[in-house]
Amino acid sequence: MFNNFFHRMASPKHFYRLAGILIPWLAVPCLLLTLAGLYYGLVKAPPDYQQGDSYRIMFIHVPAAWMSMFIYVVMAGAGAIGLIWRIKLAEMVAISSAPIGASFTFLALVTGSIWGKPMWGTWWVWDARLTSELILLFLYLGVIALNNAIDDKRMAARAVAILALVGVINIPIIHYSVEWWNTLHQGPTVTKFDKPSIHLSMLIPLLLMAVAFKLYYAFVVLMRARCEVLDRERNSGWVKELAEKT
Amino acid sequence: MTPKRKKRIMLIGLMLAGVAIAAGFALQAFNENLMFFYTPSEVSAGEAPAGRMIRVGGLVTEGSVQRQSDGLTVQFDVTDNNKTITVQYTGILPDLFREGQGIVAHGQLQEDRLFVAAEVLAKHDENYMPPEVADALKATHDAATSDNAKKVN
Repeated sequence: MFNNFFHRMASPKHFYRLAGILIPWLAVPCLLLTLAGLYYGLVKAPPDYQQGDSYRIMFIHVPAAWMSMFIYVVMAGAGAIGLIWRIKLAEMVAISSAPIGASFTFLALVTGSIWGKPMWGTWWVWDARLTSELILLFLYLGVIALNNAIDDKRMAARAVAILALVGVINIPIIHYSVEWWNTLHQGPTVTKFDKPSIHLSMLIPLLLMAVAFKLYYAFVVLMRARCEVLDRERNSGWVKELAEKT
Repeated sequence: MTPKRKKRIMLIGLMLAGVAIAAGFALQAFNENLMFFYTPSEVSAGEAPAGRMIRVGGLVTEGSVQRQSDGLTVQFDVTDNNKTITVQYTGILPDLFREGQGIVAHGQLQEDRLFVAAEVLAKHDENYMPPEVADALKATHDAATSDNAKKVN
């Protein structure tokens, strides 16, 4: 019965319908949390004792950087599931994740750069944290390019999954780069076993934004995967039926 | 689970292990070059290459910042609480530069042990708090240290 449930869930037709129902339930809380996070982050939170108001860019930068790594792990995981069980849906989730992950990585790099100029005194340095995050962006772009380079979708999915899995080694390197090596980038504030070294009034908006970004990814990946389903299943009966109805 | 799937899992596991080991060795080999800066102790011990542009990172010693008469040249000590290096820099310092703050200076060590920097970057720490909290922390810290001083006296 359990197995049956999973097979039904993984069937493109059921996924298409279920995702359509889920999207608004994810998008509305995402919007509300973003508004709350931005309000508490930009208006309510006190200025930092050293950086003044400039630190507020972290309410975008830090969740974006977390998402860049989280989405990569999801993409590689979905890719592995696709490789092992040959589930089409997993392949679609993997490839749908790549552009979103690339956008978050780009956002993290750009906001970090904008913050770095006044605070550090430079736009960019080749330290371990910044360099490994840039490599992550290239990995995402590589995944997207490889997927587009192969015409056969199922072949492309396998190639993409292998590239994503090889690149997964970069994730622990990004996370521990600030501990293993001397870097200009500061060490972890929240994601450590110790108590977070951030005041509660600043931590709350940060976590609100982090959850909002997670929800954003969830509903956008469902939207993208739905398009992918329609594209791949365009010759199947139910898609044709759907097309005729609209 | 079918044998075919088991085999695929094994292959993926082997691939991940192989990549991890290769990355581990590569990073180990590049370890020196991945360090963004040297500490003053490493420079004193002669571990940093001489006559080349290097980066030195550490805390700016309290009360060591001296401005020269031209208004742009600054001289200050950088310490890792073990060894100290004197840095000279001409130019605009970043916002976060202050005494007690971590910095990274890019430049060259002169014959007379003076480090002439071409660039000074401020290193931010991982602590975020409102000014009132920082003041309160500082007040309790000062009170504690003055208490200790009294005890010693």
